[in-house]
Amino acid sequence: MIWNEKMECMDAHNLKNIQSERLHDTVAYVYKNCPLYKSKLDAYGITPRDIKSIDDIKKLPFTAKDDMRDSYPFGLFSTPVHNLAEIHVSSGTTGNPTVVGYTKDDLKLWGEVMARVLCCAGAEPHDRIQIAYGYGLFTGGLGFHYGSLEMGLTIIPASSGQTKRQLKLMTDFKPRILACTPSYALYMVEEARELGLKPTESSWEIGVFGAEPWSESMRKEIETQWNMLATDVYGLSEVIGPGVAQECKYKAGLHLFSDVFYPEVIDPKTGLDVKDGQRGELVITTITKQGIPLLRYRTRDIVSIKYERCKCGRTSPRISKIMGRTDDMIIVRGINVFPSQIEHVLLGIEGTQPHYQLIVDRKAGELDELEVLVEVEEKIFSDEIKKLRGLEEKIKKEIESVLGVFVRVRLVEPKTIERSEGKAKRVIDKRMV
Amino acid sequence: MKLIQISVFLENRRGRLSDVCSLLGKHEINIRALTVAESDDFGILRIVVDKPQEATMLLKSNGFVANITEVVTVEVADKPGGLANVLAVLSKHAINVEYMYAFLAKATAKALLVFRFDDADKAIEVLKKNGIRVLSNKDIGSL
Repeated sequence: MIWNEKMECMDAHNLKNIQSERLHDTVAYVYKNCPLYKSKLDAYGITPRDIKSIDDIKKLPFTAKDDMRDSYPFGLFSTPVHNLAEIHVSSGTTGNPTVVGYTKDDLKLWGEVMARVLCCAGAEPHDRIQIAYGYGLFTGGLGFHYGSLEMGLTIIPASSGQTKRQLKLMTDFKPRILACTPSYALYMVEEARELGLKPTESSWEIGVFGAEPWSESMRKEIETQWNMLATDVYGLSEVIGPGVAQECKYKAGLHLFSDVFYPEVIDPKTGLDVKDGQRGELVITTITKQGIPLLRYRTRDIVSIKYERCKCGRTSPRISKIMGRTDDMIIVRGINVFPSQIEHVLLGIEGTQPHYQLIVDRKAGELDELEVLVEVEEKIFSDEIKKLRGLEEKIKKEIESVLGVFVRVRLVEPKTIERSEGKAKRVIDKRMV
Repeated sequence: MKLIQISVFLENRRGRLSDVCSLLGKHEINIRALTVAESDDFGILRIVVDKPQEATMLLKSNGFVANITEVVTVEVADKPGGLANVLAVLSKHAINVEYMYAFLAKATAKALLVFRFDDADKAIEVLKKNGIRVLSNKDIGSL
């Protein structure tokens, strides 16, 4: 079924009218309520009156992740904090995390788009869903929760981890839908076998997988191992969390809910539109949000977009799977990691130099592993193992508290980290996704 | 009468110990005593050499992380109970040993023990008072 047939299958003309009206209202709203956006728009000589059609979006300035960091915590909000119903945070590039907030209406919107996601994946009202995304500050768990409530699913809010318990919940309660990261879905296969379960006989028929990049070969693997349909969900907390776009059963691109999140795909260097179907950076404008509406937010995710109607009947534009990033962000176990965060930690530890390298690996049937190599300098070197081990432990703890991801820290000799043209290679991603 | 030991950081990588040793060998530096302490992914090579200053400079200029540690070396009879005697003295005076290793002196009936103490001065005082011979770098060079 299609959750919101009116909006998801609307003809281009009517959709454009709605988008135009909503864009105007959003610009007027942020202009009035967010001093930072007002001064940004003033600097461009733009007032809400200049925004009459969705095409006028090109007149607006971009919003970057750094704008969020620079205005930490609430500078980009268009609502006083006491009107927020919920606050979430995700990784920032350095120091402060990225903060987002939802008014009660924003939470309704979140529930609405997530209900669209679940229906798009093939869920039917009264299905059981096992939500194995983390609940908490991470938007994954609660986003799926609100959408499942909205569409009337029976929720098993398992949250992430505790694989044996996940499998017991599946075996005993027989949920039809599984929501988690794709690598976790694969990881559970081995564990299931060890417990003597037959993965192909699991109750899960549909998976809604996201929060990290994954490939068609990984999809095939999950579908064969679990005998389920594996669909891709896209979202980012700055925009709303999960709920921006979702694949239908035809798996021919992710339907992006453009009546609420207006997409553009641009050349990251020039800022101009790429031709339809070409790769570029996805830029999103939220046109119905209240808490922290964003104008032309640069997601740094590389996608292509197409606008033809899908066989499923939806007219919403479809984006490809994420094909890369314009920055050096990596996603480890669903958590965004910026190398600059590691650098920040190392600079804060007495005697350590920011000479480091991240190695991400995923062994077959296992979860992502993040290893941080740190070059040993004379200042921190000791002839005693326990002191060096203590240092490793300290670096590990501080990185883990900033990233929220388990890491392994390894001390290495100076200059062992490969430097190309004087610039150290910060990330080595060995994962075969 | 502290003795200079050189400590070198070694990544757990094939050939690293060999690299250090051939570098010293090429420059006519003789290793008198050696031990490697290891953790999962790195090791610390600790050596006593005949020309410690020169060796340290050499290692550093070749990109190794190395530092100088003051250790205490004592001489004991190479016979059963030799080490036990020394340790008993240290234990009695509550002197902490961070780590230690032993080697044999050439053509003598003596064994040499290298100690890293948290309080080297106190250790030397106690050892001497108990009639245990403490060696200097000069002694080592001439062994």
